[in-house]
Amino acid sequence: MTEPNPTLRLKGIVKTFPGVRALDGVDFDVRPGEVHALMGENGAGKSTLMKILAGVYHPDEGQIFIDDRPVVIRSPIEAKEHGITLIHQELSLAEEMSVAENIFLGELPRKKWGFVDWKTLDERVGTILQKLNADWGPRTRIGSLSIAKQQMCEIARALTHSAKIVVFDEPTASLTDAEKVVLFDVIEDLKAEGVGIVYISHRMEEIFKITDRISVLRDGSYRGTLNTRETDEDEITQMMIGRSLELHRRNIEHAEEGEEVLSVEGLSCGRLFQDVSFTVKAGEIVGFYGLVGAGRTEMAETLFGLRRPTAGKIRLAGEEVHIGSPSEAIEKGISLVPENRKEQGLVLGMNCRDNITLPQIDDLTAGPFVANGAEVAIYDMYRDRLQIKAPTWRTLVGSLSGGNQQKIVIGKWLSMKPRLLIVDEPTRGIDVGSKSEIHKLLRELAHQGYAIIVVSSEMPEVLHVSDRIIAMHNGRITRTFSADAVTEEDLIQAISGLTSDKAA
Amino acid sequence: MAALVGRLGNGDLKGLIARNGIFIAFVVFMIAFGIGVDRFLTFQNLENVVKTTAIIGVIALGVTVVVLSGNLDLSVGSMLSFGTVMVVDLHDKIGPGAGILVMMIAVLALGAVNGLLIGFLRLNSLIVTLGMLSAIQGLTLIYSGGKNVDIDPSTQDTTWFRVFGRGEIAGVDMPIIIFFALAVVIGMIVAYTPYGRRVYAVGGNPTAAVFSGIRRNRVVFSTYLVSAFCVGIASIILGSRVMGSQNTVGQGYELLVLAGVILGGTSLLGGSGSILKTVIGVLILGFIQNGLLLLGYPFFAQWIVTWVVIILAVWLDVAAKRGRLLSPIA
Ligand SMILES: Nc1ncnc2c1ncn2[C@@H]1O[C@H](COP(=O)(O)OP(=O)(O)OP(=O)(O)O)[C@@H](O)[C@H]1O
Ligand SMILES: [Mg+2]
Repeated sequence: MTEPNPTLRLKGIVKTFPGVRALDGVDFDVRPGEVHALMGENGAGKSTLMKILAGVYHPDEGQIFIDDRPVVIRSPIEAKEHGITLIHQELSLAEEMSVAENIFLGELPRKKWGFVDWKTLDERVGTILQKLNADWGPRTRIGSLSIAKQQMCEIARALTHSAKIVVFDEPTASLTDAEKVVLFDVIEDLKAEGVGIVYISHRMEEIFKITDRISVLRDGSYRGTLNTRETDEDEITQMMIGRSLELHRRNIEHAEEGEEVLSVEGLSCGRLFQDVSFTVKAGEIVGFYGLVGAGRTEMAETLFGLRRPTAGKIRLAGEEVHIGSPSEAIEKGISLVPENRKEQGLVLGMNCRDNITLPQIDDLTAGPFVANGAEVAIYDMYRDRLQIKAPTWRTLVGSLSGGNQQKIVIGKWLSMKPRLLIVDEPTRGIDVGSKSEIHKLLRELAHQGYAIIVVSSEMPEVLHVSDRIIAMHNGRITRTFSADAVTEEDLIQAISGLTSDKAA
Repeated sequence: MAALVGRLGNGDLKGLIARNGIFIAFVVFMIAFGIGVDRFLTFQNLENVVKTTAIIGVIALGVTVVVLSGNLDLSVGSMLSFGTVMVVDLHDKIGPGAGILVMMIAVLALGAVNGLLIGFLRLNSLIVTLGMLSAIQGLTLIYSGGKNVDIDPSTQDTTWFRVFGRGEIAGVDMPIIIFFALAVVIGMIVAYTPYGRRVYAVGGNPTAAVFSGIRRNRVVFSTYLVSAFCVGIASIILGSRVMGSQNTVGQGYELLVLAGVILGGTSLLGGSGSILKTVIGVLILGFIQNGLLLLGYPFFAQWIVTWVVIILAVWLDVAAKRGRLLSPIA
């Protein structure tokens, strides 16, 4: 055999949670210097398997071998001692602390008397940040960075230890293309050093670009491992969800255009975005494409009453409106699926049903009380429509897999039946099957006459669902395209600010 | 009870104990004391305990709503002394009905001050209500001039005001009836109305609540009105039972109340807990104190034991959540 012995081997891992068998006898191994993809639908058990590896959970059955020696990993600290680093799907940084403190949390370099050696700390963190092409320094407060940048800090944290195994759990879900390139470079470097890498992602193009082998989980059971070179997207999809998908067809069948629902004129909000003008008609999906930080999210938040515009007009159905708060926005028929599900989208300690019905709870009453039946009916409807995997509606949202949490947020805002639906990164962390379901759903909604704004950093996504695409750069609209006449090159140019409408 | 039975369906024994720990602890505790201490499990004694607990209990109902929304209210103790001094003093001056009305308005106004500062100005609830604790003490002193107040002894047996603390219906003491009735009403509001849902949402994740169109400031404001309302009711019961008051009444109650809430299992972080839990929490607290008294311990022993019990309760609660007794991080 020419294959090197695996650094890590998991055998027959079983893990149950109340009401779910999350893992049902899973085998998995990682060789030194390989990138091993772990794939599967939302809730298939990928994160759970990796948390077992990192000592966060304890398996009910099964064994873990490192360098062919059986080990028991009782805590994250022990995992670290075994050379295992997990970069969590959900960020776990201390908002109020600096970048440097977060990266070296718990093991800050010390001087005599136990004082923190800030100088050494800054130097060491500076080197790592440089490696990651970061344009922020060690002393920056974490909370002031965008999600993408926080993610890079999380990755930086992994680079401080000499790791044998590094697990990336959906690292690119909120990274820009430029940041992805940096991440892939980092992965190449680790690989060259003989580190074994586990890579979890729902994005096929990444999987085929950087991985050597692919293992697939389905409903907690192990479906097999393939060499990346010898397989294709179809085969993997088939293994993951048991059927194939038509992923690449551009499915823009224009809906009949209706009345103008939203018209925005010269809208500005301080330095976040300036002079934004556009319209959205009923039955139309307008995609907002741009780099993270282009001002799209802030624009969406302004339309939803979360920010005060400093200039400009917003008209709904021709009538000028002032939207002072989210509750006013909701009254006027606007829904926003926010960018960050954990912080803005969900009450993690509440059950699935209560989360979905939260914005309309006042309308779901029988007498003074909440009408239980009506609530459950709404939950059931969106569970089926979005294929939400949860044991019952009583399950706390916090214990769902990341993708299923996202589906709860989408269900919550779809169930409001808004006139104007704004979705910000709607398929972040969602598996291929559900992603195409959600895209189909958005198109369907457009056909029913909803006006929809899709903010996304994923080019295939905007191309896939939009009737018109608006490119933004640095807080300004650079160009508007109709979906039939757009090319990828045009889009890339427009979001990097190389062209503008005037030039075109 | 329905919730308890409903949950028996899924999960193993360990999960069952973790979820219903406080109920089980309560039953075990009652049986142990019932066997160990004569007179403990007599109807007379039980009724007596519930009756003395009713005042703490009524206040704890309101504080639970505040805690569920993610804040604290430490001003309830001095608000209680303010309320009783006022309602007793006004009884002879303007009559019991008008006295109750004026007192309720005054107490609600104090709650509104808490609510404005914490809800609308977003000040820290610990600081604001701690400040209110001493500010209200000051107010009470100004009001009473430091003197004890009482209801004219000649009318004490005839005024209808006596019904709240000394009356009974079908042999059950009035404070108990008021406590349980109020628990049912507030319990239903919290568990089954849109308002209750908003309170949980604001306590669980304030940002997500705002993103869901909930007016967070108003919800927080309102919880302090609920808390003040409950203190007002407690003032009526206490004033009626004692027929007098002074400015040291209610001292330290804020901690006892909070102890009951925590003991029941409502999270101080907000977003999780219930009125039923609080009712059980304050009852356990009452029974512990009573049991110790019957065992012949001096009253100050209760304070220490109460503290130990609370620490144990909080510890077991986190231990159940993380599945082990000691912290996994060294
Ligand atoms: N702490 C927990 N308590 C209860 N159930 C859990 C817990 N963690 C995970 N689960 C359940 O285990 C199953 C597997 O979840 P996991 O997070 O591993 O999925 P995943 O493959 O990572 O999905 P995604 O792609 O959406 O991130 C899900 O059904 C989830 O609801
Ligand atoms: Mg996951």
